[in-house]
Amino acid sequence: MSAATDAPAGEIAISATGERKAVTASAGTSPSSEWIIVTRGIARNYDMGGEIVRALRGVDIAVMRNEYVAIMGPSGSGKSTLMNMIGCLDTPNEGEYWLNGQLVSTMTDDELARVRNKEIGFVFQTFNLLPRATALANVELPLVYAGVPAAERRERAMEALTRVQLGERVHHKPNELSGGQRQRVAIARALVNRPSILLADEPTGNLDSTTSEEIMRVFEELAQRGQTVIMVTHEPDIASHARRVVVLRDGVVSSDERKEQFVARIAQGGKTH
Amino acid sequence: MPFLDAIRLALSTIQAQKLKSFFTLLGVTIGVMFLIAVVSIVEGMGRFMEQDLVGKIIGVNTFEVRMRPNINIGDVDESVWLAYRRRPHILESDVQPIVDALPVGTRWAMYSEDNLKVESRYSRARSARVIAVDGDWFALKKLGVARGRQFSAQESSYGENVIVIGPELERRLFPGVDPIGRELKMGGLPYTVIGVTETQGSAFGLSFDNLAIAPFKAPVHRLLNRRPHVIDAVAVQAADRSVLNDAMERERALMRARHRLHPGQDDDFTLETPESALEFWNKIKRYLVIAGVALPALGLVVGAIVIMNIMLVAVAERTREIGVRKALGARARDILAQFLVESATLSTIGALLGIALGFGLAGLITAVTPMPASVAPWSIVVGVLVGAGTGIISGVYPASRAARLDPIAALRQE
Ligand SMILES: Nc1ncnc2c1ncn2[C@@H]1O[C@H](COP(=O)(O)OP(=O)(O)OP(=O)(O)O)[C@@H](O)[C@H]1O
Ligand SMILES: [Mg+2]
Repeated sequence: MSAATDAPAGEIAISATGERKAVTASAGTSPSSEWIIVTRGIARNYDMGGEIVRALRGVDIAVMRNEYVAIMGPSGSGKSTLMNMIGCLDTPNEGEYWLNGQLVSTMTDDELARVRNKEIGFVFQTFNLLPRATALANVELPLVYAGVPAAERRERAMEALTRVQLGERVHHKPNELSGGQRQRVAIARALVNRPSILLADEPTGNLDSTTSEEIMRVFEELAQRGQTVIMVTHEPDIASHARRVVVLRDGVVSSDERKEQFVARIAQGGKTH
Repeated sequence: MPFLDAIRLALSTIQAQKLKSFFTLLGVTIGVMFLIAVVSIVEGMGRFMEQDLVGKIIGVNTFEVRMRPNINIGDVDESVWLAYRRRPHILESDVQPIVDALPVGTRWAMYSEDNLKVESRYSRARSARVIAVDGDWFALKKLGVARGRQFSAQESSYGENVIVIGPELERRLFPGVDPIGRELKMGGLPYTVIGVTETQGSAFGLSFDNLAIAPFKAPVHRLLNRRPHVIDAVAVQAADRSVLNDAMERERALMRARHRLHPGQDDDFTLETPESALEFWNKIKRYLVIAGVALPALGLVVGAIVIMNIMLVAVAERTREIGVRKALGARARDILAQFLVESATLSTIGALLGIALGFGLAGLITAVTPMPASVAPWSIVVGVLVGAGTGIISGVYPASRAARLDPIAALRQE
């Protein structure tokens, strides 16, 4: 029990790890409501003309509401593949994925589309804005597919753009905006449907370091206000904004620790890649 | 996505690629243009046939007692034609019994006509349609005299050498002079012009106004039928349908009796009505309509193939956009609808252009050729529907390909 006084934070981390282990182990049962994401042994194979590429080989991850998680790992370790699973853009070959109490891994395409629309906000490295549409129209898109009437759509899109400090540039097309501004539009678009999780796959990968810092502050602020965030990144600096760091290696989770542990390990020369 | 949003999106996409869209539209535009033009011509000719030609030649609520059909000579075969030729002629001596058999509420006219050379001192000899008439011919044909007068009863009954001419013949025979009171010659005999008729116009380049009307008993009638005492027709006009039917039945019975036909035998004469004359037109119309459908159909097929190809290119070019939309919650059917609406909108715009051009073409045809054209309102509706339909049909394959795209693969595209 001496550990309790030495490292209370560590104990909490250990107990959290234990809970995560428990919730990812009990296959086939719906996780309790504080777990927003639970994956149990999900695997994803790509058939490359006879040769099977095993991008994910059994990933167990559990994320609670309001967590801010960074996913790291070497190139090709399966980070994007995992994000696509979590973002319901793809379904696993094996294992189960529970999102907000719903079993996603067995859903039909239409159900997946609905979940993407209502539950998930996705921010991409390359922004993925529609080039011919204004910032406002881009942000309105998820609401269009949610069937929100035009007036309300506009109002909510304006609100989301204001939240990322782009209230003045709503009528600009993407090519009239800087990289940082484009990513802000993308974040506004991801948030406009009030998703239960915000996913970002290397959101600062195409930005210079100052702009990256700005964008990270936006995520920071969102996380502080209680938004659940999962972010893929290559940069330990960026990852240290998060409160928890998951490292993938060869399609499996190689470490899953609190930010403090992660930072300490890096300081001692530990590998992130 | 709501329908209006889908159309707005389609319009902005089309607007963003004006030149490409224009070429895409061309096939549909040309197809619909021909559709509208051909329909307008068929409609115009139909109206002309039904109202002008038949109306002017035969008249409303009228029939003519004839040896054989005058207008309905379209496609009778050899044997029918031979039978027609063996029929007895209608004779001058038939006229009085025919008139006597008419019920009240009718009027009649008899006439013979042919094309003859007409001469005057002011011009070279001209060919004109010469008609020798008796009875209420002017009233029955609804033809008034614009200047001068009609024949008097005395001129008619004595067959005096007087004549009423049409304005076209007036222009040809009496350029720059007032024809009233002047002479023209037919078959070597002089006739005094006493009147000029109203203008009736023309169709297919043939003027209705190049005519000369003489009292039947005037000597010219002998030039109009090769055999003596033969006439072309007795025309009867009734006050209404029922009187018309009554009159037709009476004349049929009378003529059968005069020709001594047995009950089982077919009529050896014709009671020609505008309806029977129109059968001929209806036969022509069928061919015209077939041409009017085949020609635009060709344009539309080409247009549909072009649209399909352009839409396939659009889907390929916009794969990433499709991926983004899917990532944001678009279902397969939303993407399907988006591209269907886009190709339908594109092709409907093409159809609208085609309708406008088709009107222009119809107008041009009326202006530079003798063919009358008249725009049918229904053809506008058909044009729009055909346009939208072409767009939807040619959009199905590209749109379903877009809808089936895997979101990740689509997002990965550069
Ligand atoms: N559509 C695909 N078809 C075939 N193989 C794929 C496909 N997508 C991913 N892979 C393979 O799966 C493995 C994991 O890829 P993934 O994109 O998830 O890696 P990553 O961790 O995101 O890498 P990076 O840091 O470079 O983005 C790689 O070996 C990759 O080549
Ligand atoms: Mg990646």
